[in-house]
Amino acid sequence: MYQIITKRSLNPTVTLMEIDAPKIAKKAEPGQFIILRVDEEGERIPLTIADFDREKGTVTIIFQIVGATTEALNHKNEGESICDFVGPLGTASHTDGLKKVAVIGGGVGCAIAYPIAKKLHQSGCEVHAIAGFRNHDLVILEDEFKNVSEKLMIMTDDGSYGQKGLVTNALKELIDSGEQYDEVIAIGPLIMMKFVCALTKEYGIKTTVSMNPIMIDGTGMCGGCRLTVGGQTKFACVDGPDFDGHLVDFDEAIERSSMYRDFERQEHEKTCNLFKKEVE
Amino acid sequence: MANLSPKKNEMPSQLPNVRNKNFSEVALGYTKEQAIDEANRCLNCKNKPCTGGCPVAIDIPAFISKIKEEDFEGAYQIITRSSSLPAVCGRVCPQEVQCEQRCVRGKNGEPVAIGRLERFVADYHNAHATKPAEKPASNGHRVAVIGSGPSGLTCAGDLAKKGYDVTVFEALHLAGGVLVYGIPEFRLPKNIVQKEINTLKELGVNIETNMVIGKTESIDELFEEGFEAVFIGSGAGLPRFMNIPGENYKGVYSANEFLTRVNLMKAYKDASHTPILHAKKVAVVGGGNVAMDAARCALRLGAEEVSIVYRRSAEELPARAEEVEHAKEEGVTFRLLTNPVEILGDEHKFVTGLKCVEMELGEPDASGRRSPVVKENSDFVLDVDCVIMSIGTSPNPLIKSTTKGLETQKWGGIVIDEETGLTSRPGVYAGGDAVTGAATVILAMGAGKTAAKAIDEYLQKH
Repeated sequence: MYQIITKRSLNPTVTLMEIDAPKIAKKAEPGQFIILRVDEEGERIPLTIADFDREKGTVTIIFQIVGATTEALNHKNEGESICDFVGPLGTASHTDGLKKVAVIGGGVGCAIAYPIAKKLHQSGCEVHAIAGFRNHDLVILEDEFKNVSEKLMIMTDDGSYGQKGLVTNALKELIDSGEQYDEVIAIGPLIMMKFVCALTKEYGIKTTVSMNPIMIDGTGMCGGCRLTVGGQTKFACVDGPDFDGHLVDFDEAIERSSMYRDFERQEHEKTCNLFKKEVE
Repeated sequence: MANLSPKKNEMPSQLPNVRNKNFSEVALGYTKEQAIDEANRCLNCKNKPCTGGCPVAIDIPAFISKIKEEDFEGAYQIITRSSSLPAVCGRVCPQEVQCEQRCVRGKNGEPVAIGRLERFVADYHNAHATKPAEKPASNGHRVAVIGSGPSGLTCAGDLAKKGYDVTVFEALHLAGGVLVYGIPEFRLPKNIVQKEINTLKELGVNIETNMVIGKTESIDELFEEGFEAVFIGSGAGLPRFMNIPGENYKGVYSANEFLTRVNLMKAYKDASHTPILHAKKVAVVGGGNVAMDAARCALRLGAEEVSIVYRRSAEELPARAEEVEHAKEEGVTFRLLTNPVEILGDEHKFVTGLKCVEMELGEPDASGRRSPVVKENSDFVLDVDCVIMSIGTSPNPLIKSTTKGLETQKWGGIVIDEETGLTSRPGVYAGGDAVTGAATVILAMGAGKTAAKAIDEYLQKH
């Protein structure tokens, strides 16, 4: 069992948890992920590592409540435990030798973008962070990003905070104003990463994306997380989750991610109803 | 008195059109009377050819003699001297090409049903055992075993019986490897696997789940922590695909993924949160035991039509004859000499069909099998909404990529010395699918046994 050391709500649908997992904390690097199961009947879901503390022996995860599993996870409190927590899985993000990078996070994807920005910043790289959200209520990690970047642009779809517009608007503005990046690192919804890549391709800027497909074992056994990169089949769990964004077949990844959408919606409703009954 | 019947006692089983709708075990097991009757068919021949056919060298006539005497616990003790997983082997070993193939009774009729007797003995023990297995005195040496599948559990069991302090590291949340994620409940009930694992725990084997060696810890770190030898039984890895168009459409599974969802994650139960596609028409590509398991699971999940699509003929099917027979009885269609060339999908990329070509057998290839050749203008479309690719796996890359000095074959299999299981690293042994590529449970157990013996000799010298 893996104990929840701290739990904090970042916005109404996004929660941060620090989990006691010393062996994973010892090895974790930005870009890697863990697989967890909340309870004995639970499914295995992958979550990218948002932070880690090697001394305290904790690993931080940040998740959006979107389905049955994240709903059940969000009902766990500090001091309680979850059944399984395994990792660190996948390959670490490559940050060596980068001097100036634009790090883009979309929504809960900011949770994954943040540790990479932090590592780049610590290694002396100039970091320009762009964080996009639907509206002001959903903004997360603003202070954290501020602390690890030379420049931070917050974008909201409705203009209720920061600038109104998409992360691609901000990126284009920066590039057009003369900023020259060694690399763009984009993490967020597939559709956002697709459009960031389309933009950076025009400018010829290398772009890395972090893919988060459906997974089961996460250790290179089931092949469920496959995607097409440069015309070849790759497995996000062992070959990724980071890939060259200009080579990823996003349209295919978007289709594959919707495979169980109806099932997931039903399961989420069932779980919500279950928790409601407990309250009654 | 010897039983001279040329036929085996038949295995009581669920009827095909009943069992193809449930996940309960197909074969129900011998009664005491049937077991004794079958045991009496054994001639107890002196040179016991059957034992030579067993990868773990069980003293077969000796345990069968105990059954004749109605000393079933005695029979169990004889089996467990050689095998750590008797209830598993009695169910999934291909006895027809091992012990039973060499049985003298087979020359003039059917061989003695050794596998069914082994299963009877193990089940009898599990139902009647009252005291836990005795933990041997410790010899103070520590051994790490990577992977809790058949090779790892066998290696761990054999070493624990000799007094070694063994820790098994399992990547998944549950121990058992392919016995829990791959082989379906109806062929190998998971409570039986759990009982075998509990017996190993009673012998002192320590099992740590959620430990991905190569990620959470490396082999070098295991040595630093005080383990004196390591056995790698990490099993099969990434599934192979055919590299045909449409393979990433929704409704295309690898057999590994499909079976993991059904078996490990229990997607067939309402309580499970793990989704699975409940397809109407399913094509399973491949002809091995895994393909049969996937096809039979698909039927049980409610598919109206399930086809095995295999590019060679019935003779070349790599699956056990019994598995093929069971699948046919349950209603699986065999489309032989058929090879997929493309998966078709709708505008949302859900599978709508499998385009295939007909094949004919040409000259024998390097493996001696006649290689299939495409018949011209023979393409046709199978109407399916799910395709399961069951054409093999390549070894898991995680250990190879994080262990310096571990030599591997070009295709990824770990290089070992056949006699001992020793790898290119001193103190590191390996066996099972990680070495051979996809093979059987009993071959993996044989490899675990060989390595356990070699590890014992190695550590006794140290």
